[in-house]
Amino acid sequence: MAKVFGAAVKRREDPRLIRGKGRYTDDIRLPGMLYAAILRSPYAHARIRKIDAEQAKKLPGVVAVFTGADLEGKVGPIPTAWLPPDSDMKTPAHPALAKEKVRYVGDGVALVVAEDRYIARDALDLIQVDYEVLPTVVDAEKAMEEGAPLLHDDVPKNVAFHWQAGNDPAPAFHEAEVVIRQSFRQQRLIPNAMEPRAAVAQYNSGSGEMTLYITSQNPHIHRVLLSNILGIPEHKLRIVAVDVGGGFGSKIACYPDEALVAFAARELGRPVKWSEGRSENFQATTHGRDGIIHAELAAKKDGTILGLRLRMVANMGAYLSTAGPGVPTILFGLITPGPYTIPQVHVETYGVLTNTTPIDAYRGAGRPEATYVIERLVDLLAMELGMDPVEVRKKNFIPADAFPYHTATGLEYDSGNYQGALEKALKMLDYEGWRKKQEEARKEGRYIGIGWSTYVEICGLGPSQVAGAVGFQGGLYESATVRFHPTGKVTVFTGTSPHGQGEETTFAQVVADRFGIPVEDVEVVHGDTDRIAMGWGTYGSRTTPVGGSAIAVAAERVLEKATKIAAHMLEVAEEDVEFEGGVFHVKGMPDKQAKIQDVVLQAYLAWNLPQGLEPGLEAQSFYDPVNFTYPFGAHACVTEVDGETGEIKILKYVAVDDCGPIINPMIVEGQVHGGVVQGIGQALYEEAVYDENGQLLTGTFQDYAMPKARFFPMFDTDHTVTPAPHNPLGVKGVGETGTIASTPAVVNSVVDALRPFGVKDLEMPLKPEKIWRILSGGKKS
Amino acid sequence: MAEKKAIALQVNGTQYTAEVEPRLLLVHLLRDVLGLTGTHIGCDTSQCGVCTVLMDGRAVKSCSVLAVQADGAEITTVEGLAQNGHLHPVQEAFWEKHGLQCGFCTPGAMMVAIGILQENPHPSEEEIRQGLNGIICRCTGYENIVRAVQHAAERMPG
Repeated sequence: MAKVFGAAVKRREDPRLIRGKGRYTDDIRLPGMLYAAILRSPYAHARIRKIDAEQAKKLPGVVAVFTGADLEGKVGPIPTAWLPPDSDMKTPAHPALAKEKVRYVGDGVALVVAEDRYIARDALDLIQVDYEVLPTVVDAEKAMEEGAPLLHDDVPKNVAFHWQAGNDPAPAFHEAEVVIRQSFRQQRLIPNAMEPRAAVAQYNSGSGEMTLYITSQNPHIHRVLLSNILGIPEHKLRIVAVDVGGGFGSKIACYPDEALVAFAARELGRPVKWSEGRSENFQATTHGRDGIIHAELAAKKDGTILGLRLRMVANMGAYLSTAGPGVPTILFGLITPGPYTIPQVHVETYGVLTNTTPIDAYRGAGRPEATYVIERLVDLLAMELGMDPVEVRKKNFIPADAFPYHTATGLEYDSGNYQGALEKALKMLDYEGWRKKQEEARKEGRYIGIGWSTYVEICGLGPSQVAGAVGFQGGLYESATVRFHPTGKVTVFTGTSPHGQGEETTFAQVVADRFGIPVEDVEVVHGDTDRIAMGWGTYGSRTTPVGGSAIAVAAERVLEKATKIAAHMLEVAEEDVEFEGGVFHVKGMPDKQAKIQDVVLQAYLAWNLPQGLEPGLEAQSFYDPVNFTYPFGAHACVTEVDGETGEIKILKYVAVDDCGPIINPMIVEGQVHGGVVQGIGQALYEEAVYDENGQLLTGTFQDYAMPKARFFPMFDTDHTVTPAPHNPLGVKGVGETGTIASTPAVVNSVVDALRPFGVKDLEMPLKPEKIWRILSGGKKS
Repeated sequence: MAEKKAIALQVNGTQYTAEVEPRLLLVHLLRDVLGLTGTHIGCDTSQCGVCTVLMDGRAVKSCSVLAVQADGAEITTVEGLAQNGHLHPVQEAFWEKHGLQCGFCTPGAMMVAIGILQENPHPSEEEIRQGLNGIICRCTGYENIVRAVQHAAERMPG
């Protein structure tokens, strides 16, 4: 049988999805189902004087209207579940519906439940809310200033936390021959998974069981949090999320809305559905990034980096979202040294509350911010010293023989060959060739730039002990059950919750490869807390390195038991049995064999099992990784800036990523493509803008520039393979690499293109207008 | 509530009649009334193209058509693409070229692809990318959607 680990197997998810037979939450229709709609605050900061819902209640077809007062004792506050230690953390109360005050445009105020979705929306317009509008603050640095409007009485100066890591960088700056100082703004982004959030709740008042279908990246986390919020015992609460239309971090968080839908179903004794509109999604689903990083880099004149000092002010929005505080701290701060030997690093982060939509993870979550800072600083250093940016990188890379490598921020990079990935990318790009083309173009008055990004990221989250130490209110191991059925088919149950990443296929490949059976004989089940023992979900590029490893371990346990049965059937000792390609055979006697399917059948018939061995053939694993994984790579981007319009065209994009051994190259390439485009989206197009009153000016796809097909050329992607030494598959994760790597590659490229104009830095996104102003000598239009 | 109107239309070859509010969107008729949930809704401002269906053979955004406007029309949704158990060449191509990840925009993206190929059976990469302007996909980075359209173009008659 052809090896399936490493093969571009067509996806097992696709037959249902291309036929319109997916099972997304909004597709569910239950008998007697009602529709909910949520009234959201039009003001960014206001006191609620009075809510009058009488007219809404009278509208034919309206079943109920609930306000904050109705939730008393029935729906608890929405918790924050990542509390980095030693950070003076304050977690202000987040009620499911605002009672006294609203704190951002989109804060929920009332819930309408009606016979259909149109009536529910009509009823929203009939609810009268008397608001006393309060002063607003949307900028994080302004929110920290004396006299700024205060969002929560128990959070002085709006500073929710102050976190630090690293060692003392003073000696590095003392020794420095050159210091680069630059501030970098990470603009706010809107995740915009194409499927908005949705929820369908069904409650059985007889049994006390609640089934909640939601758009979730982590159903078990949602179960434990919602169990607390709703007071439903965990064993009576089932969370189901089968097909989820993308998440990118925005479906990690526990939101008020899903809890409200469950509450309404319990109160009314009928199933209730809520579907977020896109405009609602822009306001009410978490945003990503948003911070300013003040950076200083100490170096010697030969390009050797000595130290790094960073101060980040992170905008957290109006409340601390579920995993929000972990992003600009742990996920950002610890990886700031990147792939370089930087002996002295210090990072501090202020987490600040403002009258904006709460911030949480968005693809890459902290690591794109860190990579952007170090990759821009390295380019600025090269510029300052008149060196080639590639040479500065090579000079400071952690050498391939220095792993495991301990960073000044306390991480242990597991394995790497940064120079190897860069060399490959240099060849793929024809770097020298492009430098010549750039020179020629400049003579013709054309502006071509070449930008690099060499990155390392931390993912495969992660060892549970470390999760606890960094304040994550959960474990980060993963569960898997591998079950053979009597006919030789296999069901795999994973605690991860893929939603586009293709693990129904890659996990089936792992199992099929190990058992020597067809991929079609393996079904992967995820996204249902009643079918899966436990899980921590899909984010942080953890699904394959952690969830896949759990499956590999469970499969090994199945094989151990199967080997015992096979030996018994073949009437030899266990150690005399070998397994290959789906067949057990006796060593040195290739004819004496038993197919795995025959062994499986015997395991279930149990007519003649070895003494003391139980029937059945399945195994469970709770795999807890001993370390994170550290994918790395080198990306290069060639851009041309239109001298007339300031428009930026991507001429070539090269991505070399090392995510360890590749299970399915087609799927890996797809992850890289999508990630790269999302990172380029941040560099060139995307930006959430609030006005000073806290109104979201980019609240639809008309105003928020999403990447489109016509913005991109075909990408050149390839890989190097450096296995993770500590997990059974050696895999590292690839879901976020593209987003982490591409943003600085693009900006470095455009800054390089604009060198003739003396440009040193550009604030993202690099919109044509911004570039045009530079090209036209800074004159105002 | 406004007076309901009677409409009759053909969807995927089956004749349907319904009494609908004049404001009911075609996409809600398909999903909520006819139970054809393969057509998804990705925005409320007609930008994302996720809800694209074929109406009298032309690709239209079903969020921008009222159900009453579809009276007498022939609609094809994703559920109607496969014929006699055989996938449409565009479906085959999306599967073959990994043109989908989460699958949510896919029904719309496939309809847009069919629209592109109807107007131009042998489009260049540039023309495909222009043609895909009406669809937003957050997962794939579009490259494999472009490849899927190219793949389908090679296999479709015309």
